[in-house]
Order: sequence, then structure tokens, then C-alpha cells
Amino acid sequence: MSDSGLVGVVLVSHSNDVASSTAELARGLAGRDPVAPVAAAGGDADGGFGTSSEAIIEATRKVDQGAGVVVLADLGSAVLTVKALLADGDELPDQVVLADAPFVEGAVAAVVTASTGASLDAVATAAKEAYEYRKA
Amino acid sequence: MDPVLDAAFFLRWLAAATEVMDREGDRLTELDSAIGDADHGINMRRGFNAASDAVAKEPPDTPGGVLVGVGRQLISKVGGASGPLYGTALRRAGKSLGDADHVTPEQLRDALLTAVDAVSELGGAAPGDKTMLDAMVPSVQAYGAALDSGAGLTQALAAAAAAADEGAAATIPLQARKGRASYLGERSIGHQDPGATSIALLIDAFARTAKGDADE
Repeated sequence: MSDSGLVGVVLVSHSNDVASSTAELARGLAGRDPVAPVAAAGGDADGGFGTSSEAIIEATRKVDQGAGVVVLADLGSAVLTVKALLADGDELPDQVVLADAPFVEGAVAAVVTASTGASLDAVATAAKEAYEYRKA
Repeated sequence: MDPVLDAAFFLRWLAAATEVMDREGDRLTELDSAIGDADHGINMRRGFNAASDAVAKEPPDTPGGVLVGVGRQLISKVGGASGPLYGTALRRAGKSLGDADHVTPEQLRDALLTAVDAVSELGGAAPGDKTMLDAMVPSVQAYGAALDSGAGLTQALAAAAAAADEGAAATIPLQARKGRASYLGERSIGHQDPGATSIALLIDAFARTAKGDADE
């Protein structure tokens, strides 16, 4: 448990619609009040498909309550941009981690877990464990 | 006479690189439309123009400062996978040069090796995967081998540019194992990798800057 607010979740997708809708879905399925802060960083800087590092930075700052931020990314440049920001930059808040997780299932798991007041590690692990939910 | 590797040299390189992205961007996008998402030239053009604008406003006074500044702009402005890859490569290379006001050709080699490591680590690719590394790795090797055999900067960069070109051409028969092109499987064979091609253009810009004919 954290005494400095809830862990935040940032969803980075090539598509603004995918990121925003996944955030809405995860919030809706969390079914708790308060629900953990979730922010979408979708699409490129011009509103097309792609990745905007500025949107990612802004989203992490927005959901940072001091307990850390878990980022989920869809693929390609979304993943690489988060990794590049984590590896070298000073633009992100402290305690940001990229979850190795499936995007939609991981987002739901992360937001549900974060809303219970779980730690940064627990939220990232919950997102990752969403890979283990087999469908066939 | 070999030029001094000071901030002015790297700023001349940036001008040459920006010019070549403006000129060759359409070809990069065309290559990318065969196996990628048809935006590589557009992205590189946007990134290098943003970098040129940023350094024109506040010109860094060290080689490391120039490369870190360009890298930061590429991560911020490119919008595709090449942004974080090129950006991290240049940022790490720049950091490895520290705050010296000029660097030796050997220090440039170490910086280029750092860039190769940064790209491998971030993208998880290896030589032969049909990526920018297929131009970078032989190019840095050729540069180092030329220095070891007594060549000066200009000659070593010419060797690096030739090896990068060959490396890019050698991606044509390869099957992509990273990025969007890898989803195409065998259909990625027969096309030159856009990332390896843009690396060759950037190394060639270094070679031409050293040779003093970057403006031609």
C-alpha cells in the first residue's frame, strides 16, 4: 500500500481512439471509487496514427500522485519511445515503469489493481500477468 | 588536412544531414512503402528540420552538445520508431563525448560504438535482421579499421560511408525480423531496408562534411 496516492496508469497507442477507449473501458471495469488515475497518450503530434513523446510525458505527469506510474504501450514506436524516454531522459517523473503486458487486458488489470491502492510493483505485475489469461 | 572535430564540424554535419533528408526523403518513404508504413522519409525530414531549427536558436558549443540536442529533437519530433532509435543513438553518442570542445577521431569511433550498442539494446535487433544496424555495424567497423591502419579522419569517414552503403544494399535479400516489416515474412525479401538506407545517408553526410564538399 502507498501512503502517497494511487499508482497512475498511462496508455500509449498508435491510435488516439484506441488509447482513449481502452482508458474508458479500464475505468469502467475498475468499479471502484476512487478509481486510479488513467491517462491516454494516443496518436502522433498531428492527430494521426503514431507516437508523440510529448503526449507521453504530459500523460505521465498528469497521473503521477507520487506513488509511481505504470505505462502500457501497444507496439513499435509506442514501445520504443517509452523505452527511450526511460533510458536517457529527464523528462519523465520519478518511478515510471513500462509494463511488459498485453494492451487491453493489461490496462484493465493495471487500473483495477491500482484502484485498490496497490504498489507500483504490484500494478506492473498485474498488467504482466494478464498475458496468462488464455482464450483458447 | 583533416578538419577538427569541434561543435562547428558537427553543426556542418547537421546542415548536410538535414539537406540530404530534404532531398532523399521521398526515396526513403518509397522504400518504406514497400515493407513499412510509408512514413520514414517524412519522419526523418521532420525530425532533422526540427533539430536544425532548435540548434539554430541555441547553438551548442561542444560536439557532445550538438549530438545530444539533435537526439532529443528526434525523439520528440519524429513520431515513428526511427525517432527513439536515432534519437537514443545520437543522445548516447553525444553523452559519451562529454563536454570536450573538440574530440579525436578515436573518440568519435567510441561514440559511434556507443550508438550501435544503444540501438541494439533499445530495438533488440542483431545484424542480419534487416534493420539500421546492418548499415551501422559494418560502417563503424570500417571506420575503426581505417583508423587502425593509419588513415586520417577524412579517409576513415569515406571508408565508413562506403561500408554503410554496402551494408544498406546488402539488406535487399534479407528477411525482416524486427518492426512492421517482420509481419510480412518472406515478402520483405527483395526490398532495401529504409532505416539502413537513412543510416548510409547520415554517414555519407559525415564523410562529405569532412571532405569539405557538403554544400555541393
